[in-house]
Amino acid sequence: MSSPEVATATSPTEPTAVPATPAAAEVAPRKEKNRGLWSDAWYELRRKPLFVISAILITIFVLMAAFPQLFSSVDPTVQDLHKSLEKPDFGAWFKFGEQGQFGYNVLGQDIYARVIYGARASIVVGVFAVLGNMLLGGFFGIVSGYLGGWTDTLLARFGDIFLGLPFVLGALVILSTFASVQSDPSAFRITSLVILTFIVLGWPSFARIMRASVLSTKQLDYVHAAQALGARPGRIVFRHVLPNAMAPMVVVGTITLGAYIGAEATLSFLGVGLRPPVVSWGIMIGESRNFMEPAPYIMAFPAAFLVVAVLSFVMLGDAVRDALDPKLR
Amino acid sequence: MTDIKVNTAPVLGTDGKAGQHLLEVENLHVEFRTRDGVAKVINGVSYHVDAGETLAVLGESGSGKSVTAQTIMGILDTPPGFVTGGAIRFRGKDLLTMPKDERRLVRGEGISMVFQDALSALNPVFTVGFQIAELFRKRRGMSRADGRKRAIELLDQVKIPAAATRINDYPHQFSGGMRQRVMIAMSLALDPEILIADEPTTALDVTVQAQIMDLLAEIRRERNMGMILITHDLGVVADVADRIAVMYAGRIVEQADVHSLYAKPCHPYTMALLDSLPRLDLKGQELNTIKGLPPNLLRIPSGCAFHPRCRMARDICSAERPALIQLGDRASACHFAEELVGRE
Amino acid sequence: MSDVILEVRDLVKHFPIRKGVLFKKTVGQIKAVDGVSLDLHKGETLGIVGESGCGKSTLAKLLMNLEQPTAGSIRYQGRDVLKLSAAEQRKLRRNIQLVMQDPYTSLNPRMTVGDIIGEPFEIHTDAAPKGDRRRKVQELLDVVGLNPEHINRYPHQFSGGQRQRIGIARALALRPEIIVCDEPVSALDVSIQAQVMNLLDGLQRDFNLSYIFIAHDLSVVRHIADRVGVMYLGKMVELGTDDEIYDTPTHPYTQALLSAVPVPDPTARQHKTVIRLEGDVPSPANPPSGCRFRTRCWKAQEICATTPPLLQISAKSPHPSACHFAEIRDVVHAG
Repeated sequence: MSSPEVATATSPTEPTAVPATPAAAEVAPRKEKNRGLWSDAWYELRRKPLFVISAILITIFVLMAAFPQLFSSVDPTVQDLHKSLEKPDFGAWFKFGEQGQFGYNVLGQDIYARVIYGARASIVVGVFAVLGNMLLGGFFGIVSGYLGGWTDTLLARFGDIFLGLPFVLGALVILSTFASVQSDPSAFRITSLVILTFIVLGWPSFARIMRASVLSTKQLDYVHAAQALGARPGRIVFRHVLPNAMAPMVVVGTITLGAYIGAEATLSFLGVGLRPPVVSWGIMIGESRNFMEPAPYIMAFPAAFLVVAVLSFVMLGDAVRDALDPKLR
Repeated sequence: MTDIKVNTAPVLGTDGKAGQHLLEVENLHVEFRTRDGVAKVINGVSYHVDAGETLAVLGESGSGKSVTAQTIMGILDTPPGFVTGGAIRFRGKDLLTMPKDERRLVRGEGISMVFQDALSALNPVFTVGFQIAELFRKRRGMSRADGRKRAIELLDQVKIPAAATRINDYPHQFSGGMRQRVMIAMSLALDPEILIADEPTTALDVTVQAQIMDLLAEIRRERNMGMILITHDLGVVADVADRIAVMYAGRIVEQADVHSLYAKPCHPYTMALLDSLPRLDLKGQELNTIKGLPPNLLRIPSGCAFHPRCRMARDICSAERPALIQLGDRASACHFAEELVGRE
Repeated sequence: MSDVILEVRDLVKHFPIRKGVLFKKTVGQIKAVDGVSLDLHKGETLGIVGESGCGKSTLAKLLMNLEQPTAGSIRYQGRDVLKLSAAEQRKLRRNIQLVMQDPYTSLNPRMTVGDIIGEPFEIHTDAAPKGDRRRKVQELLDVVGLNPEHINRYPHQFSGGQRQRIGIARALALRPEIIVCDEPVSALDVSIQAQVMNLLDGLQRDFNLSYIFIAHDLSVVRHIADRVGVMYLGKMVELGTDDEIYDTPTHPYTQALLSAVPVPDPTARQHKTVIRLEGDVPSPANPPSGCRFRTRCWKAQEICATTPPLLQISAKSPHPSACHFAEIRDVVHAG
C-alpha cells in the first residue's frame, strides 16, 4: 500500500500485485467500517423518520410497561367514589405528581394511571405471543423447509388446520373453554392463557414464512459450499441457513406484535381475554361501554394509546422490512 | 489519411462538428447520488451514430456503458441517477430538454432498445402477440386484427418458427434465444431508426448467441438502422462492429474503427484488455493481466482514472487528466497517445 | 499422463418430474447426466464444455457428492466413493473441493472472511489445531493474493474477483488433491478473469492439484485445460487433448460450438468458417432418440435416429467422438 505509484493518488483502489506475487495485497474497494447485513440495515433505519418516530414511541411504551411508576405515582386500582366520572383536568397535564389528567372512571379510578399501567399487559401479551410464535413457528418452519418431503407435507397440512380457524372465533372458543366468563382466574393464569391462545392460532403463519425463507436460503451456493466441505446438518442450519433466513420473520413478527396488542384489547373488550384485577386498555375500553355519552374520555384515552401503540409496531415493521430488503435500495 | 494530425482539444465525435449525425451524445455527465456519496458514473461522454452503422460501446462493469444507453432512452432511474450536463441530440433535437410527451414518441419510433434479460423485460401475464399488437394499437391506431397480423409478420422476420401459433404463447414458454428474438421483434415494431442493444447475448449460449448476433446484423443491414451495441465481449465486437468506443470509469478512453483498434490499440487499457484475453486459436501460457481492480466510482483516481493499473503510468498521469484527442481517424485519451499511434 | 486419481464410469443422474399436492406422482425424468465416463489424472486439468442444459453443472454436483447419482460409479484412488460410510465420505471431502461460479452467492454474507476460510478447519477439526487456525487462514489469504489483515472483513466489502479468491482459499484450506471448478471465471470482468485464471494456474503448479474445469467459455477452457470433454444433453460427445478438440475436432457439435465463438479479431470476419445451428437445445426431459444432436445436425442420416453413437475412436477420428460420421474439420484456424 505504500507503492510509489499511488503516493500521489487519492485512489481507493490501491494497486494490486500480479496474483502470483501476493506480497502486495489487494485492498477492498470501499474503505469503511465492517458492516454486516444487520448493521447495514441499522444504518439505513437511523435515517428514516418513520423508524425514528415509531422507535421513540415504542421505547416510551416499553418504559411504561416496565416502570409505570416513572409516569404516574397513583395506584391504578385505588377507588375513590367521590371522584366517580370526574372530567379530565387539562391543567394537570404537564405537571408531574398531579392526578386526574385524564379524568376518573365510574369507580373513581385515575384513568391516566390506568392507561399507563395498562401498557404492561398489552406489551407483555404482544411480546411473549410473538416470541412464542417465532420459536414454535420458526422451529417447524426450519424443519419442514430443510427436510422437505413427507415431513414438510404433514406439517403444512397440520398447520393449515389452525390457519383455517378464524382468529377471533378460535380465540373465543379456546379462552371461554379454559377460562369461562364467570370464572375469576389469577392475573398470571389469564395472561399466559391469552398468550398461549395467540401462539396456538398464530404459529402456522410464522412456520410458513420461515419455511419459504429456508427453502430459498438452502439453495444458495454457500450452503452447497458448506455441504461440499462435509458440514453436518446442524452446522448448516445454525451457521448458514438460520441467520440468513431470519429477516422475513423478524419483520412479520414486529407487525404482528401490533396486531396482537389490538387483538388482546378486542378479546378483553369481549370479556374473554384479560379481566380485572389486570389493568389493560381493552378492559378499559370495555368498561366505558355504558358511559359513552356522559364520559367519552373513559374510552378515548385508552383507545388513543392502543391505536398509537399498534401503529408504532406496524410502522416499525414496515421500516425494518424496507431496510432488510436489499432489492428496495 | 496518411499523416497524423494532432489536435489537442477534446473532440466531440470522430469528425468533430456537431449537429450532423443521426444520434449524437455530447459531453454527457451523469451521477448517482447514493448514501455513500456521489458516484460519477458518466464524466463527459461524446459519441455519435449514423444510419447503417454499428457502434460498439465496450467496457467492463461500472464503466458507464449501460448508463449512457439508459440516459439516451430516458429510462435512467431518478433518483439515484441524475443527468448533470451535456446533450443527446436525435436528428438535431436535444432529447434532454424536449417535452416529456415528445420524448415518449422518440422512444420506440426513433430509438428503441433490446435488453440483456428478455424474461424480465417482457410482461409475464400477457401473450407476446398481445404485447406486440398493443404497440400497434396504441401508437399506430391499428385495429386488434391488424395489430395481430403485423405482430405475426414481425415474429416471422425475426425467424421464430410457426409464428402464427407461437404468438399466443406467454414469454416463459419461449426458450432463452427465442425470447430474445421476441424482444427484438418488439423493439422493431415501430420501425426505429436506431437500435440500442445492451448486452443482447450475454445470457445466451454460444451457438444461440451467434444466431442472435447474425439476426441483429441482418436486420440492421436490411433496415439501414444505426445500432449501438453495448457489450463487454471483445469477440462479439470484432464480429459485428464498424466503430468502437472503449469506456473506462465513465469516460471514453479510445475510439477507432474496428480494424485499427484490434490491429493497433492506442490506449494502454485497450492494449491490456486485448492482452488479457484467452484465445480460442492460440494456446498461451500465462495471461497478461491488468493489475488491480476497476475504479470505485465514488472515488475515481485523480488524473487518468486508469493510472493505478497502467503499466505505462508516469507522474503526469496521476496529476493531469488526458483529454480524448483526435489522431487521424482515431482518438485516444492517453498522455502517450501520440507515441502509441506512432509505434512500429 | 501418469496415474488416474478419479475414475467416473457411466454416471447417470435423472431428476424425477413430480406432480401433485399431497401424493406426488412421477410423470417424467429430466435426464441431466446420462452415462458419462471420464478419468482424471494427477496434476492435470480436465475441461468440460457445453451449453446450458448439457448437464455439466449436475456433473459437478455428482462429483462433489452433493447429489446422489441414479447409476454409475465414481472411484477415487481406486475406491468407490458411493459405497463408503458417511464418516469415510466426510473424510474424502477433504480431498475433493469445489470452487463455484457466483462470487456473490457462494459466500455467506453474515460470516467474516476469516470464518469462511476457517470453516473447513472447524468441520475437520483434526486438520489443524485450534490455536493454529487463524494463522493458517492468513496464510491462505496470502496464497490467493489477498491482504491477510482483511481477515475480519465481510464478503460484501470485496469486489467480485476478490470474492472469487476467497472461495478459492476456502477450497484450498484442507489441501485437496482435486478441485472441481464450476464456471469459476464466468461471472467476472475480462480484466479480472485473467487474474483468477493465472492464480488457478499457479496454485496447480504449487500444490500439484488436479482440476475439473467446467465452463461454457471455450476460450477460457482452451487456455487452462490439458484435456477437454464436450457435453451435449447429458452425454459426452467428444473427448481429447486440447489440441485434438480445438484443432482437429471430429464431432459436428464441437465444430459448430467452436465456429460460434466470436474471435477477437475483426480480420477473421471474412474467412471464418461459419456453422450456424438451427434452433435451441432440446429439453433434457425428452431428448431425441438415437444421437441427441441429430435434430440440429447437418450430417444427420437415418442411422442417427435409431442408433445412439458410442464415444469411441474410429478410422476418421483419432480421439473418442460420439458420431456415426465423425471427421476432422478445423474450424478455428480455417482460412
